[in-house]
Amino acid sequence: MHRTKVRVASDVLDANTTIANANRADFDRAGVRVVNLMGAPGAGKTSLLERVLIGGLRDFRAGVLEGDIAGSLDADRLSALHVPVTQLNTSPGFGGECHLDANMVRSALGEIDLPAIDLLVIENVGNLVCPAEFRVGEDARAMVSSVTEGEDKPLKYPLMFRTCDLVVVNKIDLLEHLDFSLDRFLENLERVSPGVRHMLVSARTGEGVGALKGWLEGVAGRESERA
Amino acid sequence: MHELALSRAILQAAIAHAGGRPVNSVTVSVGALRQVVPDSLEFNFSVISRGTLCEDAALDMRLIPARLSCSCGECWTLREPVFLCPRCGSGGASVVDGNQLSVDYIEVEEEQCTEPR
Repeated sequence: MHRTKVRVASDVLDANTTIANANRADFDRAGVRVVNLMGAPGAGKTSLLERVLIGGLRDFRAGVLEGDIAGSLDADRLSALHVPVTQLNTSPGFGGECHLDANMVRSALGEIDLPAIDLLVIENVGNLVCPAEFRVGEDARAMVSSVTEGEDKPLKYPLMFRTCDLVVVNKIDLLEHLDFSLDRFLENLERVSPGVRHMLVSARTGEGVGALKGWLEGVAGRESERA
Repeated sequence: MHELALSRAILQAAIAHAGGRPVNSVTVSVGALRQVVPDSLEFNFSVISRGTLCEDAALDMRLIPARLSCSCGECWTLREPVFLCPRCGSGGASVVDGNQLSVDYIEVEEEQCTEPR
């Protein structure tokens, strides 16, 4: 027996990237733009989507792919708004994957009526670590960070904060009751991801939700980069 | 936390290149910006590689520090996740190192040729 060195030289996420590109090509063909929406559990991702989608987007039809470890609670909430929602569970029982990857999204593509929508919002599993690593074929990435999570979060989860095109700061209606310093949070955000766009919103009162809606409409109206 | 998914991807890449031969070691580069916990990656890899060609493989990790460079000429190693230039304060510095997450090479056991030519 002797040993041989074999060159591999491949990115660990190559397989995921290949599938993500295939997803992106399918979305492009259908003329659908895609937003990957991420954030911690309880940050308010679903509540914000409810707020934004209740009146519909201007000129665009939105659909949601709801990623959860288990159950369809979020999808049920959004279906009530008459928005096409597809549930994607990361496991058939409990204890599934803590994020969506490109292959999971691919497996759900057949269930999404792509010709019926212009924008697909993929609500990722609540988690500030794993979803950041796995592209799923999205055009843009947004995350929700709520003020109850603390102002140090950008410093603790730099990968997530750096990978997003938009940081939505939610629950600002609670600011007066908390020790949370918005200035310090924004300072930390700027140190970790200089120049990243952010907006201040409250899913509860509706404050700032119009800006988020405008951002989503902007993504929906983008020309395909491949076209 | 994402180490399980990453170790699975490493295992797949290693097996795909092993050509059916048992793997002795897998060498990976892990950039500091990827938030990978080396001990956790190693542990996860040892668990999921059971019963595969990589069962006895050591996971050798090359930990790559994060290096940034700014248009003002400053070049520095990141000690905390602050991406503003320490010299001019600009936020436009580019990451020159530390984003890697790659399987570089594997070492496989080769059976010696038994039939004389």
